[in-house]
Amino acid sequence: MPYQLVWLIFLLPLFSFIIIALFLRPFLKSQPKTAGYITIAALTGSLGLSVWALMEVMATGQPLPVPDITWAVVDGLTIHLGLLMDQLTAVMLIVVTVVSLMVQIYSQGYMKGDAGYHRYFAFMSLFTASMLGLVLADNLLFVYVFWEMVGLCSYLLIGFWFHRPSAANAAKKAFIVTRLGDFGFLAAILLIFFNTGTLDITQLHSLAATGALAGTTLTWAAIGIFAGAAGKSAQFPLHTWLPDAMEGPTPVSALIHAATMVAAGVFLVARTFPLFSHSTEAVTTVAVVGGFTAIFAATMGLVMTDIKRVLAYSTISQLGYMMLGLGVGGIAIGIFHLFNHAFFKALLFLGAGSVSHATGTFDMRKMGGLRKIMPWTYATFLIASLSIAGIWPLAGFWSKDEILASALENQPVLFILAMITVFMTAFYMFRVVFMTFGGSYRGGDPEAHGKPHESPPVMVMPMVVLAILAVVSGLWNVTGDFGAFMGHGETHSFTEGFFGILTHSLPWISLMLAGLGILLAYAIYSARWLSAESIGGMFQPLYNLFLHKYWLDELYEKVFVGRVLLKGFFAGLQGFDVYGVDGAVNGIASGAMATGRAIRKAHSGQLQLYGLFIGIGIIVIVACVYFFG
Amino acid sequence: MVGLEHYLILAAVLFAIGLYGALAKRNAIIILMSIELMLNAVNIAMVAFSRYIVPLQLTGQIFAIFVMVVAAAEVAVGLAIIIAIYRHHKTIDATKIDLMKW
Repeated sequence: MPYQLVWLIFLLPLFSFIIIALFLRPFLKSQPKTAGYITIAALTGSLGLSVWALMEVMATGQPLPVPDITWAVVDGLTIHLGLLMDQLTAVMLIVVTVVSLMVQIYSQGYMKGDAGYHRYFAFMSLFTASMLGLVLADNLLFVYVFWEMVGLCSYLLIGFWFHRPSAANAAKKAFIVTRLGDFGFLAAILLIFFNTGTLDITQLHSLAATGALAGTTLTWAAIGIFAGAAGKSAQFPLHTWLPDAMEGPTPVSALIHAATMVAAGVFLVARTFPLFSHSTEAVTTVAVVGGFTAIFAATMGLVMTDIKRVLAYSTISQLGYMMLGLGVGGIAIGIFHLFNHAFFKALLFLGAGSVSHATGTFDMRKMGGLRKIMPWTYATFLIASLSIAGIWPLAGFWSKDEILASALENQPVLFILAMITVFMTAFYMFRVVFMTFGGSYRGGDPEAHGKPHESPPVMVMPMVVLAILAVVSGLWNVTGDFGAFMGHGETHSFTEGFFGILTHSLPWISLMLAGLGILLAYAIYSARWLSAESIGGMFQPLYNLFLHKYWLDELYEKVFVGRVLLKGFFAGLQGFDVYGVDGAVNGIASGAMATGRAIRKAHSGQLQLYGLFIGIGIIVIVACVYFFG
Repeated sequence: MVGLEHYLILAAVLFAIGLYGALAKRNAIIILMSIELMLNAVNIAMVAFSRYIVPLQLTGQIFAIFVMVVAAAEVAVGLAIIIAIYRHHKTIDATKIDLMKW
């Protein structure tokens, strides 16, 4: 097949968006299901082409030569709209199209009867198209364009139920906070462009490798890119938007705020990784921020009672792992965790959506006992939880252990933090499992509809598919195939196969920590040997600190926005506007008026006075001509 | 011997008197007369120049006659305006006619 077909991977969802927004929504309002079908058809096409592209890349071991388009020629600078179809892109395409397709199928059930059904699928198509464009783009300019487009779609979908003030505010918060990071990304793009004159990613790779781009310029460019990545991937200190983003519909959270868009930051760092790997400072920054975010977010996940918020903090924590993996190990290790995480985290969110579909609430304190009522949801959720906790031989185990092993080699301090995070991850995930599915049903939302029930097959089927992937996706790297495919050096030391890995001590330690976490969750929330209240009481200050999210929201809103920005910066700007700009305009006007008031006395209406002035004027002119002319 | 300078001094003196009258007198009729005086001062100057500098051509004299014609017409219009102002304001004091004031 010709390589031009790669273009269709991201054009198909774009066409789907155009068809839904321009034709279906205005003309076929009575047939809402068509929107879902078109989206699914487009994504199926994209998925098929992505699989084909992956096969081609695997077969050739080279980036596919996709013909590009000259987009603009400005002053000798030619900007190509091209696609970089390499190994990294191939993997990301599979992640995005698979998760997106599953989420769209699930949404058919979840969004059934919603007034914004067309709008939902239009935005979802646009998001998928932008995300695919982001991973395909071959230069930083178009990466940035698609980067902002996924940010826009995120905004639109978080605020999907915009009539709720909390959703509208969360959408604004997500947009503004990520924009802070994007500023760094834009600055980095400009810095790179003025220093190298190119934005082509492949050329930048070779420039960094040959040392043409080096020193502080390289470091600052990498840090700027990382600032953008940290905003998108919700890394400390720009993580505050992601928990609030849970105001959107749950499938949106699954697709955008768990599997794909938030992983775009990790992808961006991986895409420009040669810039990082040639600067010790930059790569250390990535590792430290990632490692810190992993444990920092996990602590907050321990105490949340809203199931989606636990998952949101878990996502932040896992994204921290990916960054840590990139920082200590390289592309293959970070992206492998991204690959596995996308499936099990999307599954967890779909499970949470399924649970709330049944109970009408996201508050875990009102759930319980759903194991018997929703066996499919329970089984898939349990698989995903075991996977994220890193239990052998599920997907999460393989990627997490590689990160831990690389961290042990390079950053022992971060390794210890990551180990503690393993324990916390297992604990908070099984806290969710036991609170939601264990015990007896605690009533759900009192205003919800009737008895809880299993979700319809259209919602269960995608969860089953994702559950299978959450089990098997890790097997890709059991013998190091994934790392070899990515072509970025060694994967790590544990490549002895399915059972061989168990001959090392490190996996046993992390398995034991995860097991301890599960046991503790069992002891507190299922067997009730320990009371959650008494433990909360014992660690009252810590509990409050976690529950209030380290008061970071308050710090940002009251201190930064309230004091520094509103009272300081904006007040200064307003002062400049009122006294400087307005003052200049009003000053000119009142100056002219005062002058007029003063010299209009000369306008006496006395004809003879005018004559005198004319005479004096003539004398002056003649005198000037005589003396100076 | 009477030369060009004497005529020019006469013309300048007459012009200055006329200018003084036009600017300082209150009576509109006298202002009009002062303007006539200034015009005549100019006429003297032109005829004197013509007589002393290009004696064979009568350009200055003819120009002076033109000025007299225009002055006559101007006086007719000026007096008509003064009469109209008098009917309206019951005065021809130029300092009191200040409708164009600020």
